[in-house]
Order: sequence, then C-alpha cells, then structure tokens
Amino acid sequence: MGKLFAVALVIIALVSAYPILMNKYPLPEDISTHGHQIDEQLHDTMIEAGIAFVGAQLVLAFFLFSYSGRKPGSRLKSFPGGAKVLVMFAFVIVGLEVLALGVVGQKAWATVYFTPPKADALEIQAQAEQFAFYFRYPGPDGKFGSIHPDKIDEGNQNYFGLDLANDVEARDDIVSGELVVPVNREIHMFLHGKDVGHSFYVRELRIQQDFVPGLDLSVHFTPTKIGRYEIVCTQLCGLGHYNMKAYLNVMSLTDFEKWLKDQSAQ
Amino acid sequence: MGEGSVQQAHVHAPPEGFIRKYVFSLDHKVIGKQYFALALVAVFTGMILSWLMRIHMVWPNTKFPGLELLSKVGAPGGIMTPEYYLSLLTMHGTLMVFFVLTNAPFAAFGNYFLPIQIGAEDMAFPRFNMMSFWTTFLAWFVLMLAFVIPDGPPIAGWTEYAPLSAVGKDAGPGMAWGASLWGLSIAIFCIASLLGALNFIATTLDLRAKGMTLMRMPICTWAWFITSCIALLAFAVLLPACILLILDRHAGTSFFIPGGLVISDRLQPHSGGSPLLWQHLFWFFGHPEVYIAILPSIGIVSHILINSMRKPLLSSKVIIYSMMSIGFLSYMVWGHHMFLSGMNPMSALAFSFPTLTITIPATVMTLIWLGSLYGANIQINSASLFALGFISMFVAGGVSGFFLAQPAIDIYLHATYFVVGHFHMVMGVASLFGVFAATYFWFPKMTGRFMNEGLGKLHFWITFVGTYCIFMPFHYLGLIGNVRRYQSFVDDYMAPYIPLHKFITISALITGAAQLIFLYNLIYSRFKGKLAPDNPWNATSLEWSIPSPPPWNNFGGKHPVVYHDPYQYGVKGSKGDFVMQDSPEQVIVSGD
Amino acid sequence: MISSIASTASVQARSSLGMDRASRSGIWVGIFAITMSFVAFTSALFVRQGTTDWGHLILPSVLYVNTVVLLFSSATFEISRRTLFTGQMIQPGTARRGIGWLMLTLVLGLAFCLGQYLAWQNLRAQGIYLATNPNSSFFYVLTSIHVLHLLAGIVALVRLIGCLIASHATFRRSLFDNTAIYWHFLGVLWVYLLLLCRLKL
Repeated sequence: MGKLFAVALVIIALVSAYPILMNKYPLPEDISTHGHQIDEQLHDTMIEAGIAFVGAQLVLAFFLFSYSGRKPGSRLKSFPGGAKVLVMFAFVIVGLEVLALGVVGQKAWATVYFTPPKADALEIQAQAEQFAFYFRYPGPDGKFGSIHPDKIDEGNQNYFGLDLANDVEARDDIVSGELVVPVNREIHMFLHGKDVGHSFYVRELRIQQDFVPGLDLSVHFTPTKIGRYEIVCTQLCGLGHYNMKAYLNVMSLTDFEKWLKDQSAQ
Repeated sequence: MGEGSVQQAHVHAPPEGFIRKYVFSLDHKVIGKQYFALALVAVFTGMILSWLMRIHMVWPNTKFPGLELLSKVGAPGGIMTPEYYLSLLTMHGTLMVFFVLTNAPFAAFGNYFLPIQIGAEDMAFPRFNMMSFWTTFLAWFVLMLAFVIPDGPPIAGWTEYAPLSAVGKDAGPGMAWGASLWGLSIAIFCIASLLGALNFIATTLDLRAKGMTLMRMPICTWAWFITSCIALLAFAVLLPACILLILDRHAGTSFFIPGGLVISDRLQPHSGGSPLLWQHLFWFFGHPEVYIAILPSIGIVSHILINSMRKPLLSSKVIIYSMMSIGFLSYMVWGHHMFLSGMNPMSALAFSFPTLTITIPATVMTLIWLGSLYGANIQINSASLFALGFISMFVAGGVSGFFLAQPAIDIYLHATYFVVGHFHMVMGVASLFGVFAATYFWFPKMTGRFMNEGLGKLHFWITFVGTYCIFMPFHYLGLIGNVRRYQSFVDDYMAPYIPLHKFITISALITGAAQLIFLYNLIYSRFKGKLAPDNPWNATSLEWSIPSPPPWNNFGGKHPVVYHDPYQYGVKGSKGDFVMQDSPEQVIVSGD
Repeated sequence: MISSIASTASVQARSSLGMDRASRSGIWVGIFAITMSFVAFTSALFVRQGTTDWGHLILPSVLYVNTVVLLFSSATFEISRRTLFTGQMIQPGTARRGIGWLMLTLVLGLAFCLGQYLAWQNLRAQGIYLATNPNSSFFYVLTSIHVLHLLAGIVALVRLIGCLIASHATFRRSLFDNTAIYWHFLGVLWVYLLLLCRLKL
C-alpha cells in the first residue's frame, strides 16, 4: 500500500498544481499603478512555493515507493551527508531565498504605505457602517465638514452626521453611495469607521485596508482603467457583512466633472 | 528511611470506587482519555457545524430539518438566517481551535503518555490535573450554553474583534449574552490550560527516571514540553484580554471601544478605547496558539515515523532544536495577522521577517523527515499512513503561509479563502492527521486491543483524498479574491465559482462521513478489537515496556532506569532490529 | 535483603525529592504565568494611555499603609521560617511560636485585603468607579486581580497552618517554602503595581 500511496501523492500533487500552471484562476485585471508590483511578487512567490510543494510531494512519493514493502532484512541506508547537509540547505538556500523575497517585497509595500500621496491627489472620505459604504467629496470649497455622530440620521440620508445648518464647510459636501473617480488621477481616500470594524477591498485595484473606529486611516491609489468594480467589506462586521458592498466607478475626466456638477446641483 | 517516605513514593493511592476511578480521577491516563473524549465530542460538533455552513453556502434556501428546534430565531422553518450562519461559524472556529486542537494532540495524548515516556508514576500535580480537565469541561459547557440561549451564539467569529464584540447587544444577534458566554468560556479555558501547562512543565523537569536526561526524552515528549512553555505565556495573555472584554461589555469600561460610535442608531456610551489593543492582545495569544496546535502533532508524527521506518531520524536533536526555535519565533510574529489593521506600516515589515524566518525550521524538519525516509524500511499501517500523510499536508499548508507572510501580497490575499485554505490545511488537516496517527498507534497500549486495520486504512484514504479535495480549491478561490466569512455569494463576481464551491461542499460531506468510520472503529475496537500484546509495534520508548493497558501506577511500583536514547532501531547485533530504552544492552551511541 | 531495602529507600527518597523539586518548579512556573498576565495588563495600560481621554488618578493614601502591611507580612513569614525550622526538620520547642508568627502573617494579609477595600471605598466616595475614566478602570482591575491572587495565597496560608498544627512528623518543608515564595511574590508584585499606578495613572 506504500507504493499505492506514493502514486496517489504524485497524482494529487500534479492535480493540485495543474490549475495554477494552466492559470485557471487568474487574478482579476490590475487597474492600478502599483498593482503590478504586487502581482509580480505573488507570481515569484508562486513559483518558489510551487517548486517547494511539488518537489516535496514528489520526493516523499519517491522515497515511499522505494522504501516501503521491502523484503525483510533489507539493508538500511543513511542519507548521504546526513542531517548536516539538509540543515545547511535549509538555512542557506531556503533561508536566503525567503529573506530575499521579503526584502524585494518591501518595495511593493513601500509604494502603497511609505510614499505619501501627491499634493494634488483627489481627496475623498469613505465611511463604512453596518452595512453600507458612503463616500464624501469636499465640494468646491475643497474642505470636508466636521462629522457629528449625534447628528447622524439615516432616515434623512445624513450618513456622516453633517451639521448643514451651522457648518459652512459641510454644505457643499457631496455624499454618494458609489465611489466615483476620474481615471488616471491619484485618489487620496480617508477611512472613517462609524460603528464597528470594516474593511475596504477592491480586488482589481489591489487595495485592501481596514476601517478602525477611532483611528484616522487613509490609502492612496491611482485607477488606470475605466469601468465599474466591486468594493466589498472584508472585516466581519455583523449579519449583513456578506452583503455589504459598493461600487468603484472609474470614469473619464469629462464624465467625472459632469457627475460632480450634477451631484452639486442636488 | 522511616514510615513517611513509604507513602511519598507513590503519588497517590490506588483509586477505588467508580467516581474516583472514572469521574474525578487523579490518574493522568484517565484524564488523558477524558480530554480525548471531550475533543471527540467537540470535533464532531464542529464538523456538523461546518456541514451546515457549507450546505447553506451553496444552497442558501436549504431547510435543515430540526434546525429550528436549535434556534427558532436563527433558523425559522429550518432555513438558516445570515446571522445564524455567522453564529455557527463562530462556534465552529472556537470549538475546533480550543476544544479540539489544544485538547487532543496536547492535553489528551500528552497527559496520557508524557509521564510514562519519562518513567514517572503520574504527573507532578495529579489534583491540579484533575482540576484542569474539569475546568476545561466547564469551559466547554459554558460555551455550549450559547446555543441554547434565545439570542444564540455570538456572530463575531472566533477572533471576536472589538468593537463588534465589545459593545453588547447593539452590535447584532448573539452579541448580548452569546458573546459574554464566549468570553467567560474562553477565560475559564485559559485557567484550565495554564494549570495543565504548569503540570507538564514541572513533571518534565523534575520527575524523569534515572538515566532519562532531557536529550534522551522521546521527540513527542519534547513537543509536549515545548508546547506547554508556549501555552503558559500565550494563555496568560488571553486571560487578561477576555477579562477586559467582559468588563467593556458589562461594566461600561472602554478598553477597546473608542468614542463617537453610532451602532443601531445609538451613540455608544464609551470613549477612548482601542480596537487595535484587542487585536494585539488576541494575536499575541493567537499566533502561539496555532503552534500549540501543530507542535504536538509534529512530535507525535516524528515518534511514529521512526518506529514505522525501523530507523532513527537523521537527527532527533535537530528536530528538537527546530521545535524550540519555532516556539521562540512564534512570539515575534503576531502582527502578521494585522498587516492591514491600521497599525504602523513599519511594524508590518518588522513582523514579516520573523514570519518568513519560521520557514527555515519548518523546512529543516521536513527535510529531516524526508531524508530519513531514504534507505528506511517503511512499515505501512493506519498509524504510519497518517504520519506520512502529515508530511504531505504540512508542506501543502505551510507553503501558502509563505505568501501570507509578505505584507504586499497580503494586501490582496487578506481575508480571502486563501487564508482559510492555509490554516485549515495546517491545523484542520495536518494537526488532525497527527491525532489520527496517535490514536491508531497508541490505541493498543491504552486498551490492550488493536483498532481494525482495514477500517483504518479506509478512513485514511477517504480522509487524505477528501481533505485535499476540500482545502486545495480554497487557495484557488483566494487567488480570485473570494472573500471569507460570507454566508453566501450574492454577487455576479462570484457566480462562476459556485460550481467549485459545490464540489467542495460535497467533498466535505463525504470526508466528514468517513470520520464516522473512525468513530465506529474506536468504539467497536474498544470492546471487540483483536487483543494486542504489550509491544505490538516493536517499539522502543518506555510506554512499550509496560502492560497494555498500563496499571494504575504505570510501572507497577518499580522505577525504570534508562540507558540510552529512545530510538535504537536498526541496531547491529541486537536481538530483532531494536533495543528498548530501558534495556542495558550495549548499543551504538549515535553521533549527536 | 538489606541492600534491597536500602535501594528501595533511596529510590523512595529520590521520589519524594522529585516531588519536592516538582512542586518548587510548579510554584515558579505559576509565578511566571501570573507575571505574564500582569505584563499583558501593563501593555494594555500603555496602549490605552496614548488616547485623548487619559486623565489623572490620585491614589488613596491608605494604599501606602497597605503596602507596609503587606511587606511586613513577608517579614513575619520569614521570622516564622527561622523559628519553625532547623534544617529540614521542625524544631519541636519553638514550633508553637513559629506557627504564631504565621498566624500574624495571615492577619496582616487579611488586613491588606481590608485596606484595599477601604481604598476602593475612598474612591467610590469621590464618585470614582470602575468605568468613570480609563485611569480608574485600570486601577480597579489591577488591584482587584492582585487581591484575588492574594486571597488564593491566604487560602494556601490557612492550609499551611492547618498542616503544621496537625502533624509535625509528616510535614513537608517544601509546602512551607513554596507558600512563602508565592507570598513574597505577591508582595513584590504589589510594589510593582503601586509604582505603576503612581507613575502612570
């Protein structure tokens, strides 16, 4: 049965690797400026992980096949080099490669988190709540009005708790259920959590960031392709978590400006 | 000499009466079996919960007959509500991580075999040992109460992130008393685990038999010892976290809840707390916890493999040092669960490097196992099949960790099925394979009977193929961005992948059903299994030098003496191909 | 025959020596776990301190009296040790005095608990409760958990005294030593907590 197990291991290893090798589950198209770094990193890691996975399964299968069901009294052998060779291999080859990946991977992380947004990035505030996303644009005055939690009124669509009566800066703020942005423009998005933890995830944008109530967080990105993409919540937030989504609507600059004007008029 | 020392030679008197023998037993062997029984109940409960979840996920309108009896509110007419899905998800995770993976490989088998393998009569503190089991049982009972209260179990996942878990009933169904019962249960579990860890450590350090130096202990004993050291620190941090959570929920404090939150249209009366504080405290426990789940299985599998191969590993010491370094590193990596949590992005890199470094000892161990198989004489039986299968699963689950350790990649893969696939492969499969291997291997010692080999092999094949069918596809789903903790997929994006989800569900049902073969085998063999001799596997460690099943004081009042390391297999010139650890027969002392 | 008795005796002696060593290991391992828990509470305090609503708590002065009482109880514990034992054996002549010092230790321990209760009362009289502000939250949590551990120590001390009164012949020195280690640890822990509260709350 050892030999049968060995054969099964080979089959399982190859069957598992097949969808990856044939790219049956491709990443969704990358519509960001930084995403290619993440994709390359993922691709490189996949190659190394794939070799490790398939290699280990094949070695296991080979040894299992060769050394099970042996005749009684067969001679025992010891792996040439013994433990020392293997430990050295693990430290030097695997260790270096793993750390190399880590060092190289810093670049992609730095692009997202250590480079500040450009000064002329379009500022948008996103609010996550049970169970919807809302987005706020500062309007012509370029300033966001203050948030007053006690003034939040879902019934009257005052999701952000703006004090329209007394707060001048709040009056021209545009609130939208969709994240509408112009293509090829850097977006600087502020994340505000209204109630519990949520998270902002757009697969195509290669962006994911938690909303943490009490913390002022932000991300910045530049969408490069016009289209409509899902924004999904990825931090368990309650019973409506599975249904909590919005859309990222990337438009041409002209369409975006028209949209802004229409929203202001309302 | 004198009268007093005669009593002190025995840790406790022979048990008499049903209650002392089988209920409030001081005997580490009975306590080990009690932990195992509790883990069995928990794993089947957790498995049924996973069935319910998987069926609902792909057929959302399924009427589960009788589910409305469990919860009228959660499953009216037997159809699961989205919130009840989350309740079941929370209970599944909590039961599996705490009551199965901490209990079975560590508390159950460790309690049973650690004292015997070091030549002791019992654990150092038998009364504490009894207390730690019954405290664990109490924790389980409190957790299960969450099912019967009207509002149901909590919906915040086994990780219970604040503020969702901390604000109370405004957060949603199950978050009133359900979450409090969770917090209380886990706090009680922490105390039980601390008591257990204390026992293991003191016993290993001080009750070893003559000649049993630390380096002569079997690898599984080392694994239990290192695991107890990890557990001591980890549970000592989770307990304060649970206390603070309970205070936020019931005493109006704000450890984890910031101000200005509006939940269910109510401004919450809290301010200044930090949700990240909960995450830090929880994951400082949570990451070592997953090594608590895997290390005992690593030790058990090494131990069984050596016996099955009829030759020692290339180096036991390297395995032991690898386990130690994994234990040490496990305390430096908790932030890799929090790369996107809003903590300082510099910390992400600081956590990423030790996480990547854990690849090294994990690779070392895998290479030692594989390299040791070279030139071996591998005996195939149910126990060795699961031990060998463990290597396959450990690699499969481990390589996906490689992706998640890198923060940039985690931006894309965080909270997707890739993560779910990773931790199920290493914990839900690999660790469990260690438990299965242990059961088949040690059943003859514990009961004096063999488990049925045919059924064991059938169990192995269905489980091995089945778990690959269930969990390998999770990684593909992660790559396309399938978000986790969703009760079903209502959007267009996921529509093409529903058939794959259905395949997974069906695999899960079949694989789960195969576990009933294991359960049947356990129960049947206990009473009707083929009788087994004291050393059916021609094994060398001390547990095989005593009768099957062992007497109440393990060594019959004698004190064993140990002459060499526990893995004298393939020894030239010995009778048969092995020398037992308590045999003074001359052996070849290995180089390390 | 004689050699087998001797070897049995040495094996039994080794057994009970093993048990003594194990209980010593056990108490230190337990102390380590408790320390780790308070490290967790301390780090929670430091994180929480970084937020805007962190105020200042004036510690009730009875706490300083309590500290002296607890430290004094450690001293009486040690006096008891020196009075009770010569080497490993109980001195029959001074045993009663030794037990008396232990009882004083117990009384002092209870006095400490009472004193902590007075400290809480003092705060409550000022309208400062558990949830009043983060400073008070930590104060109540840290002091309560310490007192809970001290109550466990008091139970252990009562048991110790009971064993001493019951029989001198079968009394194991390790029981005394381990209870003492735990008791002194709680004193050291209290000094640390007092300093933490004084400097940070």
